[in-house]
Amino acid sequence: MLKVDVTTNSLTTSQGAGRAGDKVFSGAALTAGCLILAVLFGVALFLVVQAIPAFVAPAADIQGGQGFIAYIWPIVLGTLIAALIALVIATPVAIGVALFISHYAPRRLASGLGYVIDLLAAIPSVVYGAWGAAFLAKEIAPAYDWLANNLGWLPIFQGPASATGKTILTAGIVLSVMVLPIITSLSREIFLQTPKLHEEAALALGATRWEMIKMAVLPFGRPGIISAVMLGLGRALGETMAVALVLSSGVLTASLIQSGNQTIAAEIALNFPEASGLKVNTLIAAGLVLFVITLGVNMVARWIITKHKEFSGAN
Amino acid sequence: MTLTAPVTRKRSALTKGQLPGYAPYVVLAVALVLGAAILALIGFNVLSWGVVSAILFTVGLVSWSGAVEGARKAKDKLATCLVVGAFLVALLPLVSVIWTVLVNGIPGIITPGFLGTSMNGITGTLDNKSVDEGTRVLGGVYHALLGTVQITLLATVISVPVGLLTAIYLVEYGNDRPLARAITFFVDVMTGIPSIVAGLFAAAFFFALVGPGTKTGAVAAVALSVLMIPVVVRSSEEMLKIVPNELREASYALGVRKWRTILKVVIPTAISGIASGVTLAIARVIGETAPILVTAGFATSINNNVFGGWMASLPTFIYTQILNPTSPSNPGPSDQRAWGAALVLIILVMLLNLAARLIARIFAPKAGR
Repeated sequence: MLKVDVTTNSLTTSQGAGRAGDKVFSGAALTAGCLILAVLFGVALFLVVQAIPAFVAPAADIQGGQGFIAYIWPIVLGTLIAALIALVIATPVAIGVALFISHYAPRRLASGLGYVIDLLAAIPSVVYGAWGAAFLAKEIAPAYDWLANNLGWLPIFQGPASATGKTILTAGIVLSVMVLPIITSLSREIFLQTPKLHEEAALALGATRWEMIKMAVLPFGRPGIISAVMLGLGRALGETMAVALVLSSGVLTASLIQSGNQTIAAEIALNFPEASGLKVNTLIAAGLVLFVITLGVNMVARWIITKHKEFSGAN
Repeated sequence: MTLTAPVTRKRSALTKGQLPGYAPYVVLAVALVLGAAILALIGFNVLSWGVVSAILFTVGLVSWSGAVEGARKAKDKLATCLVVGAFLVALLPLVSVIWTVLVNGIPGIITPGFLGTSMNGITGTLDNKSVDEGTRVLGGVYHALLGTVQITLLATVISVPVGLLTAIYLVEYGNDRPLARAITFFVDVMTGIPSIVAGLFAAAFFFALVGPGTKTGAVAAVALSVLMIPVVVRSSEEMLKIVPNELREASYALGVRKWRTILKVVIPTAISGIASGVTLAIARVIGETAPILVTAGFATSINNNVFGGWMASLPTFIYTQILNPTSPSNPGPSDQRAWGAALVLIILVMLLNLAARLIARIFAPKAGR
């Protein structure tokens, strides 16, 4: 009598193997996903663990001898000043460039021009730093002299101007070059997504091109622009090399054209390699502060993007 | 009588109140001449000539347009001038950076032995001697180049499997579950981690794991992976998403298991995009300085072991040569080496960017035959 041996059926055996393969594969994919969450959590955890000694150490042991708060707040302010300068310069230019590529340039050239701007993002930050220190600072020093002589009554332009040009304003300008491609590419994406009907309706009513942009493109793109600027801010806050190489650092000063001020990232880069003992913990604690600030900025930016996801390709 | 009246060319009512077509060119010519004249008085240079002429051009065109065409058209012209101006301003730093690196870097890179020797045994005395006697600058970037390649390679080996598998999870298994949404959100957040914080994390991690002061190439590779993984995830996710669902369904209909479908159908279809995304991610992290600075230290000699000892890399080489010249009294040779290394680094990054475009083109799925 013929007995069908179910276990040797090729269909079922292969199915068994396939099922195991499926399990392994989906398990691996899930693990990888969770690993990323674990890494981000680990970043926070290890920074906190290594930073705690700096928080609990007696005030006199921290650099400066005044405790951690007194050590960190001037460089937090310096970081914010540098990032703010970068954004004030980069945002209008970036929006202009994005508009140029999306609405002004001949269509055949547009993608090529976009690639040229993306090249700005491809240049390593240390090269920007070297450029800022060796070229820009030297070229811009006379301008600082002029500012000190003519606008010196403003606290931010108080003289005497730095003769080397290695000031926080120069660092901010270099930073603005580095965040420009980020803001540009995100804004460009969102400008290109403006509904064609809105644009054509505005033009059909007799609007000039600028009025069309003001009435149709910019209101549509506003959340995208805001989040692009926030992402640029995140980059500017955490950028190290441009500041470490360009700025000749010092104590917190209001004047942007004197040497002085320092940012968190540059402080870490300049001191970490030679640091030991509690100094390492202090620097890691400074890194934790930077991490928290940029995390907050980035989360707000991403939240804005997700909120407007239905008409945003910017994320 | 009326027949003999001469025909006068009159502008049509439709084009009335408009600037003639040649208006911008006239204004440009006038602005260039005026700009040159003004600068001749205070000292001429090309950049300020461009800036002054651009301002004059804008003012001239806008006020002419305002007089003839009215305020609305004038405002439109002003906006056009500003937008084009913004683009030109954005090009300035790009041109300037590339020019500076080329001018300063070429003398370094054509020095014999620059690419083939390390900084082992190069002292300030040797640098002073080469300046005094005008001989060639000794020392090179071989150790840094080697370190960059090793660190980046290890970072890639860590990041690509993790990043690719995460992208597969998000696209094929995630189904918009809370976990998938959380991963997407935090990958986005991770993109914004400052590079120095990633370096500090890796340093803190290994300090806790191995012992304080652990600085090796592997630590740097972990730091770079933290920066690289989110980029790989984002680009691979985008690429997997655009694989048509029909392909997956056809494969399922043939009874193929999901994991075989993914391996044999989905990934091969998307491989061009994934590979070019990975190449771009490498290009991005290869120039990172800060994380390597805090994790791998600086070395002046060749180190072939990623797991032991300090390791040099191109970005940190540039950084240290500029900030702490080998010979403090004669920073010239160090500057030359730094710019040479910068040129090598930029060439590497540009090659990687080019490779990404080529890969995307070569491995693109063929549409029919």
